[in-house]
Amino acid sequence: MKTIIVVGNGMVGYKFCEKFVAQAPKEDYQLVVFGEEPRVAYDRVHLSEFFEDGDAERLLLAPKTWYETNGIQLHIQEQVTDIDRSTKTISTSKGVNYQYDTLILATGSVPFVPPIRGVEKKGVFVYRTIEDLEETLAYAETVKGGKAAILGGGLLGLEAAKAVMDMGLEPHVVEFAPKLMPRQLDTRSSKVLQVKLESMGINVHLSKATNQILGNGAITGMEFGEDDILDVVMLVVSAGIRPRDELGKNAGLEMGTRGGIVVNDQMRTSDPNIMAIGEVALYNQMIYGLVAPGYEMAQVAVDQILGKTASRMAAEIDMSTKLKLIGVDVASFGTPFMPAEKGHSIIFENKTESLYKRINVTHDGKKLLGGILVGDATDYNMLLQLYQNEMALPENPEDLILGSRGGGAPAFGSVMDLPDTAVVCSCEAVTKGDICCSVLEDGNESVKAVSKATKATTGCGGCKPMVVDLVTESLKSLGKTVKVQLCEHFEYSRQELFDIVKLKDIQDYDELLDLVGKGHGCEVCKPAVAAIFASIYNETANKQPAIQDTNDRYLANIQRNGTYSVVPRVAGGEITPKQLMALGRIAQKFDLYTKITGGQRIDMFGAQLHELPLIWEELIAEGFETGQAYGKSLRTVKSCVGSTWCRYGMDESVSFAVEIEHRYKGIRSPHKFKGGVSGCIRECAEARCKDFGFIAVEGGWNVYVAGNGGANPKHAELLAEKVDKETAIKYIDRYIMYYIKTAQPLTRTAAWLEKLEGGITYLQNVVINDSLGIAASLDAEMQALVDSYKCEWKEAVETPEIRARYAHFVNSDAPDDSIEFVSLREQKMPKEWA
Amino acid sequence: MNTQEPIEEVAVKTWFKAAPTEKFPKNAGACIKYKDQQVAVFNFTRENKWFACQNLCPHKMEMVLSRGMIGEENGVPKVACPLHKNTFSLTTGESLTGACDAITTFPVKIEDGYVWVGFSD
Repeated sequence: MKTIIVVGNGMVGYKFCEKFVAQAPKEDYQLVVFGEEPRVAYDRVHLSEFFEDGDAERLLLAPKTWYETNGIQLHIQEQVTDIDRSTKTISTSKGVNYQYDTLILATGSVPFVPPIRGVEKKGVFVYRTIEDLEETLAYAETVKGGKAAILGGGLLGLEAAKAVMDMGLEPHVVEFAPKLMPRQLDTRSSKVLQVKLESMGINVHLSKATNQILGNGAITGMEFGEDDILDVVMLVVSAGIRPRDELGKNAGLEMGTRGGIVVNDQMRTSDPNIMAIGEVALYNQMIYGLVAPGYEMAQVAVDQILGKTASRMAAEIDMSTKLKLIGVDVASFGTPFMPAEKGHSIIFENKTESLYKRINVTHDGKKLLGGILVGDATDYNMLLQLYQNEMALPENPEDLILGSRGGGAPAFGSVMDLPDTAVVCSCEAVTKGDICCSVLEDGNESVKAVSKATKATTGCGGCKPMVVDLVTESLKSLGKTVKVQLCEHFEYSRQELFDIVKLKDIQDYDELLDLVGKGHGCEVCKPAVAAIFASIYNETANKQPAIQDTNDRYLANIQRNGTYSVVPRVAGGEITPKQLMALGRIAQKFDLYTKITGGQRIDMFGAQLHELPLIWEELIAEGFETGQAYGKSLRTVKSCVGSTWCRYGMDESVSFAVEIEHRYKGIRSPHKFKGGVSGCIRECAEARCKDFGFIAVEGGWNVYVAGNGGANPKHAELLAEKVDKETAIKYIDRYIMYYIKTAQPLTRTAAWLEKLEGGITYLQNVVINDSLGIAASLDAEMQALVDSYKCEWKEAVETPEIRARYAHFVNSDAPDDSIEFVSLREQKMPKEWA
Repeated sequence: MNTQEPIEEVAVKTWFKAAPTEKFPKNAGACIKYKDQQVAVFNFTRENKWFACQNLCPHKMEMVLSRGMIGEENGVPKVACPLHKNTFSLTTGESLTGACDAITTFPVKIEDGYVWVGFSD
């Protein structure tokens, strides 16, 4: 068992732990972590978010329990004070000694506070930790409304300016250099950013060297030169960072001349048993104050410890950054400013829109070397990829920042053009190949699932738009490469078959199979084609029984012991006492188990095949009709009592539900569909969990579509607002008909709409604005279905040939004696499976 | 009846005269009673072929196979159980969806307008 001690529990220290436990065999290593802050590692990059909700928990990279779960010994609020390299021991502020086999220094950095006279005065703060922020915040409360200065116009300084503004003070950014973000921006882009920031209330003072901080006890102002004074009541210093390298220095490790512990490309210090990562490490003469290189160092360190010696830190480290500063996009990548002998720059500037875009290209205009974006960094990810992968540029490289003019394809091509090795998420080093593979091979079909599997987007989140595109495109390619064909017998999609049946006026399954299919059919294509016939000719399942699913063939729902359940229609859930008694009598006569369904009707279970026509004969005599609970068709339209009885009701939801249930009953569709009507927004009918729903509001009905419960619950989307009943019905008529014609078999409306390109907006255009010019034919087709309804059970009991199907044996009148029941709460249930 | 080998015609000791052919639905199945056994008989009208197998689906032990949809997979005639859509070859009895034990199949012949099913007892 080897002991790895990690000093520092910041972002990089945490990342080391995360990567280590994911790869190292638990039984071989003990990980011990020391952090001096009272909290476990949190996301410092998004520190300003702490102001928005004050919720420090939300910033945590992992909860405290995570360390325990992963067998990590965690010591927080315990500072490592000394390293004894000869005995390989460290000692801590609690006076305890620990031995290590490998020591990881991830102590990070501290804010650099320049040695200015008066810097110790009250009201001067740094911007680094949650505690810093809390102290600043407490002080800010006492000087609200005053002016506050931020010393440093770099990345962090501008973040701090935003925080100061949120604290209710007037921010003044003071920068020594003649431009903002001197490392990332050129003078012109800095000017654009400055104009923008000033328009938002952030004052900028450039080329200012602070001589001293004024005030008697507490700060009252800053003096830059004679007569050049800025009155402020608070100062936040954000003038860069200094590595926290005391431990290394005291232990005699090799140090940089201006600080930082020197490491090689294996992250080892001059003592091979001690490694340094993150902002404390001096690599290639540089301290890297960004998260991504720190994470990369953590990975290299983990690999080295685990013997993957080939894993080395890259010689050139990408310092590209993109961030949103107070709602303003700022990004720079590659070589942002560049001497003319290396290449040319293409610059676009528009101060009225606060836009600045600059790209640097090689002399031949073929490769991208770097660039700067202010105001709009939408194209950052693609530009970064072009740069990193040295991809060929379009003929007119200016199209990259100006957009291709005069129509034609977008300048960037598709994300799918990137090489598989392109690093999309630099925080987690996830490549395009990793993401696509996660979709195509591991079956992750959402950005969320892909993020979970690959960790892409979990760092800074900047790559999210690109990951979304990659996931979407990969899914699309799945849809295209996996040929949409019904089964081995039909090389067509359901929609194509629908059109074939209709255009060629095909009347039965064998005819279709002979004409456009091959072989003899199967349990996949038969019911799908049956549904198509039903949708086009509104024929009942009785006409072609052999191609129906068993439920449709016998017009009942098969249950687990081979018996069936019987569900008569109870439109809108409205039922008379007389009907209730009739159902009770019949259920009792045939000894059926009864239960109220989720769709507000009564289900009667345990009917044997031969009993079905007998039961239905009686139900029909009592005025009932089939409820199609067995079909891929309208099930129920659930309703609340609405204004008929309810004191809150805005309209008659039951009447509407009854009307609409009778309108759509018997219509076959790619999958079952359900409706709901609520009399007010309290939504007792749960209409927004249905394939279509109406909710009464002041001034009409809100119309919802494509919701469902089931395995993947989904709330319905709003199709139209405050329309009258006739309009609501018209829209739903078209919506259902369009769904019936275009959906794949066994696709509920929610899944169908999700896949419909353009989604709800597209559907609104088709249904409301008639963008496809098919509204009239959808209306006519729906009306034809409505007009040709007949109760298929009535048809069955009245037709001897159909009744004959309900015998268990063809050569005997005996019933099936294998069926056994046991009793359950005064009713019966199937005997358990053997 | 849970033997997994198909009963070959040569092993038939009894040809059972089940019912007239017109009693059986086209391109679908029906159940016949032979002694205490339930046997599913399938009329592949399209191919002019008949098959028979046990009515019991071995997955959940229910007497339902005769109510299953029939079809063909790469030329192999099959039945899909109506309960969970497990499919079985009607020539070998093996489970095509993989998850179940094989079923017993029986030879069928048509004579004098009647369906005859062969049993080994």
